[in-house]
Amino acid sequence: MYEHDVIVVGGGGAGLRAAIAAHEEGADAAIVTKLHPVRSHTGAAEGGINAALREGDSWQDHAYDTMKGADYLSDAPAVDTFAQTAPDEVIQLEHWGMPFSREEDGTVSQRPFGGLSFPRTTYAGAETGHHMLHTLYEQVVKRGIEVYDEWYVSQLAVTDEDDPNERDCHGVVAWDVQSGEVAGFRARDGVILATGGPGQAYDHTTNAVANTGDGVAIAYRAGVPMEDMEMVQFHPTTLPSTGVLISEGVRGEGGILYNSEGERFMFEYGYATNDGELASRDVVARAELTEVAEGRGVEDEYVYLDMRHLGEERITDRLENILHLARDFEGVDGLEEPMPVKPGQHYAMGGIEVDEHGETCIDGLYAAGECACVSLHGANRLGGNALPELIVFGARAGRHAAGADMPEPKIETGPDPDAEREDLGVPLGKPSRTEATTDGGTVEHPDSDPDAIVETAADAERDRIETLLEREDGVNHADVRADLQATMTENVNVFREEDGLKQALADIQEARERYQDVYVADKSRTFNTDLQHTIETRNLLDVAEAITMGALAREEFRGAHWRAEHQERKDDEYLKHTLVSWNDGDPELWYRPVLLEGDEGAYEPKERSY
Amino acid sequence: MSTQTPDTETESEAEQPSSKPHHERRLAEKRERAETKEAERAAAAQEIKGETVELKVFRFDPEIEGKEEPRFDSFTIPFEKGMTVLDALIYARDQYDSSLTFRHSCRQAVCGSDAFFINGRQQLGCQTQMADLDWPVRVEPLPHQDVVKDLVVEMDHFYDQMEAVDPFFDPDDLPEGELEEQRQSPENRENIKLSTRCIWCGACMSSCNIAAGDNKYLGPAAINKAYRFYMDEREGEQKRQERLEIIEQEHGVWRCQTQFSCTNVCPKDIPLTEHIQELKREAVKQNLKFW
Repeated sequence: MYEHDVIVVGGGGAGLRAAIAAHEEGADAAIVTKLHPVRSHTGAAEGGINAALREGDSWQDHAYDTMKGADYLSDAPAVDTFAQTAPDEVIQLEHWGMPFSREEDGTVSQRPFGGLSFPRTTYAGAETGHHMLHTLYEQVVKRGIEVYDEWYVSQLAVTDEDDPNERDCHGVVAWDVQSGEVAGFRARDGVILATGGPGQAYDHTTNAVANTGDGVAIAYRAGVPMEDMEMVQFHPTTLPSTGVLISEGVRGEGGILYNSEGERFMFEYGYATNDGELASRDVVARAELTEVAEGRGVEDEYVYLDMRHLGEERITDRLENILHLARDFEGVDGLEEPMPVKPGQHYAMGGIEVDEHGETCIDGLYAAGECACVSLHGANRLGGNALPELIVFGARAGRHAAGADMPEPKIETGPDPDAEREDLGVPLGKPSRTEATTDGGTVEHPDSDPDAIVETAADAERDRIETLLEREDGVNHADVRADLQATMTENVNVFREEDGLKQALADIQEARERYQDVYVADKSRTFNTDLQHTIETRNLLDVAEAITMGALAREEFRGAHWRAEHQERKDDEYLKHTLVSWNDGDPELWYRPVLLEGDEGAYEPKERSY
Repeated sequence: MSTQTPDTETESEAEQPSSKPHHERRLAEKRERAETKEAERAAAAQEIKGETVELKVFRFDPEIEGKEEPRFDSFTIPFEKGMTVLDALIYARDQYDSSLTFRHSCRQAVCGSDAFFINGRQQLGCQTQMADLDWPVRVEPLPHQDVVKDLVVEMDHFYDQMEAVDPFFDPDDLPEGELEEQRQSPENRENIKLSTRCIWCGACMSSCNIAAGDNKYLGPAAINKAYRFYMDEREGEQKRQERLEIIEQEHGVWRCQTQFSCTNVCPKDIPLTEHIQELKREAVKQNLKFW
């Protein structure tokens, strides 16, 4: 068994920032990650980091833009904390040497981004995430923080009290991908999940192959609610053949969207008559698909994003990476021709329910970054708000886990026994027959000795892996995953309707049944990616089901969530978060009101127009 | 084991998915569906061009019978326009042999996981179009690195070299004003821009003859990392000097014989050899070394 004060799961932006913060608080922090940190998908973020740094801008304006973009489904304490802290964190990155793009006077440049009332997006070319990731990793190396890379965390070591609010997290169980060794990792002070998004639940996504929602799924099965999972952002400009992202920075710099008729449809068809291409992402994504549906798409699939008029010098200076992406992954020269783009799954606004310190309802269990839902992005995340979230809430989780003195959180967490439960009227959760391979969440143990809890969890994981490897025949997880992705893309995409959502839940239930017979063809203990992907697919099933449950329950149109039968935002009924609890295999959906009371008074829901 | 030794390769056809009916009807139906889907996909490929491409992949697993000795497996892949080497590998794994093992994640040339030796050249699988290669396409692990399994190589030595140059920013002092950043001229930022693009894929190190013969040689990526900080006007003077001492040691910049192999294979077009040369000049300038 390995032992540290704070165990951070995941080595992307949030995980690295959390580890640094815990270390600076005096804790012995370690990072356990299935990829080497520099391979993390933070590195693919292109556009930028929003922060109110300059005269004429204010944290209040940043907070207001964020809340409006979120369509008022954010919790004010999260939004205020975020907007107040982002400037310090950006300057901290600069002090750690991040190569930001610069103005003539040597100060950090900022550019306009969708949904922002001030050009407050700092950036480093069109590869901001790459530079942020490497800068943070450099600081981890500088501090000698231990990194267990290519160790896959597959379970948490959580006690099994009936009420999840009473449970404690004492560590994690991980296996060394290279050697196959399964080991317990005892965390004396806390476990911080920073495992990123669940994009692999969809087949057209900007997410990496590694983005399988692992942290969300293991926290969920241990009893932590998943919050606002239906809120999935579809980015309006991804390359049609691969899903590779073309940054919003292109539109920020003046890029224009055209339909097949050469019309600037964002204005000409009234989708966003003020902000045009720079309207919020959900608005632009729906506009593009509407154009295609009405016969004005190119090859009935996509629209054009044109940046030629910006000129070679400006493009090379600020968007050079985009030229490489368009050439390598779509065979298009962005200086000579417009780039084909269509919406693709991009970001999960929802995730593990946490408070503004990153803590879940389980004592000692934290989450930060895309896997978490502090409820910052609500129903729609603004471009340039993901990277600052990683550093603001990564750092806070790290500090709190390491024992820093922080005020009582304002955001509530954990299952509320008095909340109304929604009956969705369809089979959910554990299939009729449950095999050892899909069991697991909490640890049954007669006493509460933390070491014993971790060891018991590790033993259970060894058994589970042996069972998977011993089977000689069965279903290949890749088939289950492909079917899951197909139904999610078909039914739980930009446009959603009741029948499709129910179909998706039925398909997921069938996929769960089939998964009971899953087997791993590769019998090797050495670098067994077949085994790893098989476990990941199970995580995707749980996450996809929660996304769909939320989408079915929320009978309104808010932010990224559009329902055919319910074409308006219903503030009387739905100014509340959806929460899904695993409930030991019998998932429950319930609600908690949105907190709109902020530091400067209450946010008033207004019409969201751009 | 290393890719430098094998010449015992054997050709073997990868096993096609078994069509033996399972005792459970549901499974059989599932398989049927998969086969229909597969047939449809094959037919679709046929319709476009009818083209298939043969992918020859290096296989090795120290603990699996039949794979302890390195060999090449051949996979027949339906070719589609825009298909990358990574796409072809994923197809082979998901359709034919789920034990086929390779690192990959972002699919967009930024995570640096999937540098392979493709038709005799170090390239990223995701960034290399099948259409641009001679067929059959041969994929091997990066040379000069120990093979863990199939296309997965041991990266620890590469990471150790990266960390040997103190790869972190260490300024002498920082501005004290509230929210005050360090100033950096756009020109200086431009000077270091290409060096900051490194994605740690290891292609350069693998292509370097010097690194192959001298295990202690820092290698192009680590020296480039040193360059990135040495040339950054914000970096502290003390750390700049310390780092210069590190890279001008016996196994540092002076080992480079300017063969440009690293520069030629770098997937991010970093002028690695030039950066090494510039640091040699800096070392001379600083009177640390007269050569």
